[in-house]
Amino acid sequence: MSVGIVDYEAGNLKSVETALLALGARIVISDRPEVLLQADRLIFPGVGDAAAAMRVLKARGLDQAIVQFVNSGRPVLGICLGSQIVLDASEENSAVCLGLVPGIARRFAPDSGLKIPHMGWNQVEPTADHYLFSAIPSGTSFYFVHSYYPQPQDSAAVIGCTDYGVRFTAALCRDNLAAVQFHPEKSGRYGLRMLQNFLEYRA
Amino acid sequence: MLEKRIIVCLDVREGKTTKGIKFRGNVDIGDPVEMARSYYHGGVDELVFYDITASSEHRSVMLDVVAEVARQIFVPFSVGGGIATVDQMRNVLLAGAEKVSVNSQAVKDPLIIDQGAAAFGNQCVVLGMDVQADGEMPSGYRVVINGGRAPTDRDALQWALEAVDRGAGEIVLNSIDADGTTSGYDCRVTRMISESVSVPVVASGGAGTPQHVAEVFCDGAADAALVASMVHYGRYSIADIKRYLAADGIAVRLDGLV
Repeated sequence: MSVGIVDYEAGNLKSVETALLALGARIVISDRPEVLLQADRLIFPGVGDAAAAMRVLKARGLDQAIVQFVNSGRPVLGICLGSQIVLDASEENSAVCLGLVPGIARRFAPDSGLKIPHMGWNQVEPTADHYLFSAIPSGTSFYFVHSYYPQPQDSAAVIGCTDYGVRFTAALCRDNLAAVQFHPEKSGRYGLRMLQNFLEYRA
Repeated sequence: MLEKRIIVCLDVREGKTTKGIKFRGNVDIGDPVEMARSYYHGGVDELVFYDITASSEHRSVMLDVVAEVARQIFVPFSVGGGIATVDQMRNVLLAGAEKVSVNSQAVKDPLIIDQGAAAFGNQCVVLGMDVQADGEMPSGYRVVINGGRAPTDRDALQWALEAVDRGAGEIVLNSIDADGTTSGYDCRVTRMISESVSVPVVASGGAGTPQHVAEVFCDGAADAALVASMVHYGRYSIADIKRYLAADGIAVRLDGLV
């Protein structure tokens, strides 16, 4: 079983890589669609600017590869920026995104008096019975670093929520595609548990 | 609700930690990786490594430490100390750190903040600043550099605002007056900076008891608190601090406490 990690110059893949290696996964990091499409499951991590990330994905044909991978039914996990670019669009530089899940990524209101980025540990409440949260207590804290958050159109896509001034979607899914706004690779033992859940999931 | 972070600071010289004489259990107190592991399993929210290696030829040792820490702990950590170029920032991030902090060098050449933020994103760039009370400055605090030895002509509040404007995603604010006293953080300057900038502020310098940590969250409006000697010398564990804070009604992450 191999896990493809999409390399699209969107931040640091190192921590995702080390966490998966610690869990004994066989990983393939690549920016080439034909390599990634051979994998048994796919992760697209990433931090940074949604518009810039989409430009790189398109330039390398990775946007189509991710869509193709999702449509093949194999398990896919988006992390952080990955939970935003699966949507139709982002408010960040008016980025047009992958359109895998109807909805848009919104910015935390700058006049809310809250620090932006939302940086640190915050509790995630699962709102659906989803495999990602298997053996993870409700209200477990995960590590977040972000200024935008996913807002799926259909509430059925929401599988976990967090409060930061607003109650926002911290985890979402569509069939074999799941995505989390937080960083499981940096969220201690329960974060590792979530990655393990992804590795063990049978579609 | 976003939880208040407890961050442990480890000073590393030529690959070895410099504090921790009463560290618990069978931990090699000179080994930063072992100490990091111990704090990780004890429930720490984040770690900071300061490279205090005097000579630049031994700096590569730090990258090995960073890579090994990244393999073994799964909470965020940052690295600072002597970072002067975007290439050095890149090396630290590629070795596995989440964030890199700049301090004296950013005062001398503020463009490193802009360049780091442009290359890696604001969330990767931390401004470390050492400040000292000084009635002659507009905000009442002066920025000092080179480990607190060299005063500058910069006002603390103005510098914090400028650094955030340039792209710093977080500020670690160290009070030189409080540092090493273990008599409490400087809540006044922490509140002033924290309430003036849009990014998280980590309070540093002066922590001696869990009550001090509670004070800097309540009175100092800090988003996170750096602790060092109060945990390195075994007086308190991360669990001691967090349980105290939780009992005080402060939101902290209680998972994984031992």
